[in-house]
Amino acid sequence: MKSRTLLCATSIVLACVPALSSAQDKKQETLIVANETGPNMLDIQGVGANRPAYGVAWLAYDRLMTYGRKKLANGVMSYDFAKLEPELAASWQIAKDGMSVTFKLRKDAKFHDGTPVTAKDVKWSYDRALAMGGFPTFQMKAGSLEKHEQFEAVDDSTFKVSFLRKDKMTMPDMAVPVASIYNSELAKKNATKEDPWAATWLKNNTAGGGAYKVASYKPGQEIVYERFDDWKSGPLPKIKRVIQREVPSAGNRRALLAKGDIDMTYEMPPKDFAEMSQEKGSVKVASVPAENSMIYVGMNVTKPPFDNAKLRQAVAYVLPYDKMMQNAIYGRGAPLFGAKKPVTGSDWPTPTPYATDLAKAKALMKEAGMESGFETTLSFDLGQGTVSEPMAILVQEALAQLNIKVAINKVPGANWRAALLKKDMPLMINRFGGWLNYPEYFFLWTYHGQNAVFNTMSYKNAEVDKLIDSARFETDKKKYAMDVKGFIDIAYAEVPRIPVVQPMVDVAMQKNIEGYTYWFHLQPDYRQIYKK
Amino acid sequence: MLTTILKRLLGAIPNLIGVIVVTFLLTRALPGDPAAFFAGASGTAEAVEEIRKKLGLDKSLPEQFIVYVRDLASGDWGFSHATGQPVLTELTTRLPASLELTLAGLFLAVIVAIPLGILAATRPGSWIDHLCRGIATAGVSLPTFFTGLLLAYIFYFLLGWAPPPLGRLDPYLSAPPTVTGFYLIDSLIARDFEVFIGALKQLILPTITLALFVLAPLARMTRASMLGVLSADFIRTARASGLAPTTVLFAYAFRNALLPVMTTLGMVFSFLLGSNVLVEKVFAWPGIGSFAIEALVASDYAPVQGFVLSMALLYVLLNLTIDIAYGFVDPRMRVDG
Repeated sequence: MKSRTLLCATSIVLACVPALSSAQDKKQETLIVANETGPNMLDIQGVGANRPAYGVAWLAYDRLMTYGRKKLANGVMSYDFAKLEPELAASWQIAKDGMSVTFKLRKDAKFHDGTPVTAKDVKWSYDRALAMGGFPTFQMKAGSLEKHEQFEAVDDSTFKVSFLRKDKMTMPDMAVPVASIYNSELAKKNATKEDPWAATWLKNNTAGGGAYKVASYKPGQEIVYERFDDWKSGPLPKIKRVIQREVPSAGNRRALLAKGDIDMTYEMPPKDFAEMSQEKGSVKVASVPAENSMIYVGMNVTKPPFDNAKLRQAVAYVLPYDKMMQNAIYGRGAPLFGAKKPVTGSDWPTPTPYATDLAKAKALMKEAGMESGFETTLSFDLGQGTVSEPMAILVQEALAQLNIKVAINKVPGANWRAALLKKDMPLMINRFGGWLNYPEYFFLWTYHGQNAVFNTMSYKNAEVDKLIDSARFETDKKKYAMDVKGFIDIAYAEVPRIPVVQPMVDVAMQKNIEGYTYWFHLQPDYRQIYKK
Repeated sequence: MLTTILKRLLGAIPNLIGVIVVTFLLTRALPGDPAAFFAGASGTAEAVEEIRKKLGLDKSLPEQFIVYVRDLASGDWGFSHATGQPVLTELTTRLPASLELTLAGLFLAVIVAIPLGILAATRPGSWIDHLCRGIATAGVSLPTFFTGLLLAYIFYFLLGWAPPPLGRLDPYLSAPPTVTGFYLIDSLIARDFEVFIGALKQLILPTITLALFVLAPLARMTRASMLGVLSADFIRTARASGLAPTTVLFAYAFRNALLPVMTTLGMVFSFLLGSNVLVEKVFAWPGIGSFAIEALVASDYAPVQGFVLSMALLYVLLNLTIDIAYGFVDPRMRVDG
């Protein structure tokens, strides 16, 4: 009797051992991520796809090329804009006249359903990006990819792109998430007459060949990825399963991370990141200043009083930069003020010469003939309120010293875009970031006289326009740097927008997580991540 | 009985038409521009116009309304542009989550509040009466998001008793096959007790948060109503006739005191369902409230309309159920139409 119980007990223990270790393995190969919002669809080319949807495209689909990676000075890995590497394409050749490129596809690449990837799929995908309208089309255009005739499937594994003009953004533009390659046969099966590009079906289904398959997708709740074991376009990822949940409360996400219930989280208020990076717990924070982006105070130059450059300079001299860095941004960013050296033209974003100097500001107010002050409104996007609200209050306080009475106008997230489009806000706090990491790309959106929505100041200057346009197609490095220095100098002297900070992209994770990489699209890339 | 129900349902139709018209107009009166919102971060003016056309927002209001009503009649509640899903799918997947939580909260509140109210009424001025008053006051005056965060902080973060506030299930468990959409019921149907326990654990903290909030009206109403009934003549007669105190209390007093409690219950229930947004946010609960709020923030018309409409339908059903239940508690209330 006794021996039997013993036997029983042993067998239970024995049965438990493999179960335990497999549970251990499961934890080792599973990554749990909690974020504020998840993807609203699985198709980056769909109308209204949100930022997290870019992340789905990045993981579930491949591009012809991807960018290389490099280690930054602070030890964090970052993508390398200057280096294009093969993904679906095994190699490529730019024609001698520099007016086309021919890609050779990987012969062994397959989509998730097992069909081989052919040049026809690439052609179909690029045609789709042009046909869908809205964001994907505009993104393709940013790289001078504008016409269906530009794309040609020469044979099953050869794909040719003809260039409209020599544009240095064409090649990099084919490595952004929008240029994902879709399984055209699968998509066509699910297309209808009214919906030839299967936009409806692809919202909830993927037709890709990326490193991860979408195992389950519940909008507003979670998305679960499973590794695609037949992935050939890069080294096989170590993480087998990724569970990405939506946890809206930032406080809870911090608690979850501290308790070890999640492995990683994005999008916390800067204060939390600042505190977590100080704490000596099991959590670490990887921080990279977001490329080509800034938080700024903008002034509408088309209407008085901010049509006066002297007044704008006065404002630039009175802003409480240090206080804003400490109490609104919590040091999570690189300052864009108080430069000691002149602009070089090779760094961007680069600090302005402005620093807090009340005497100078008052003198400039006198020169502008506005000593008696005036009343105005400062607007900001409530969606960015964690940073913008304390900033707005500090700006309000500072401007009172120049007798400028500021009323604060909080605009709900949904209305912010409409408010920007109207271009009638006199004073605003906003942020902008450009995907393609060129200063002229940033200026094209934000200072150019074409007056895009992000030129929130409605700034127009023929000289600046000329320099931006020239820099875009300039191949001589010296002349290019001169152009860049030229438009930055004018923009900083006339100061329609006052740069404040280049914000940090922070990600908090468990200490045993390795391989995090910063990407320009700011979405997590689980392909390089592993657990120690 | 059946004719009563039919009559009541027919009577609800004008209300529903009113709801449809008013929500349609109200959503259009919102200051946001959905086309600008959905054009995304790099949308130009042309992109916004293109999207406006795609959403059908370039048409006149009456035209938009006709399209909306026609779609509604054919069972198409429109698309949520924020989540990219049909509104009807969203509502049917999210409503059970909210209902499960609300019903659990209400159930807990009832089993605590009613005995508490009865005890307080039978012993007015005693410690239990003061306790009842104390809990009720604390419950209403603490905002739910605060109670939720506090409970999560104490029981999850500090003590580690409660599971992580990660929604309806632990990430390592997968949801049971959908039958009712209630995880507790579905997991029992699937005989998956691990999932049942998991779902129950996740429910505990949000349920207590909700229950604390609605405890107050229920307990106070029970107490007041019981006090009123207990001092009535027929109770004195019953007592004088020598009936057992428990018989007097439950068979006569409580049954008569139940009507106002049920009315409150109905009100509290409908109120909870619409307003547990904050609890859903705190516990990452994928319910209907957080869905509606997000849609509102994005000026996403179809889901807002769908939400209001489904709430209206729910209210109609709820009122009907309560009216029918009145009839069982008190035969005098069984009036036709």
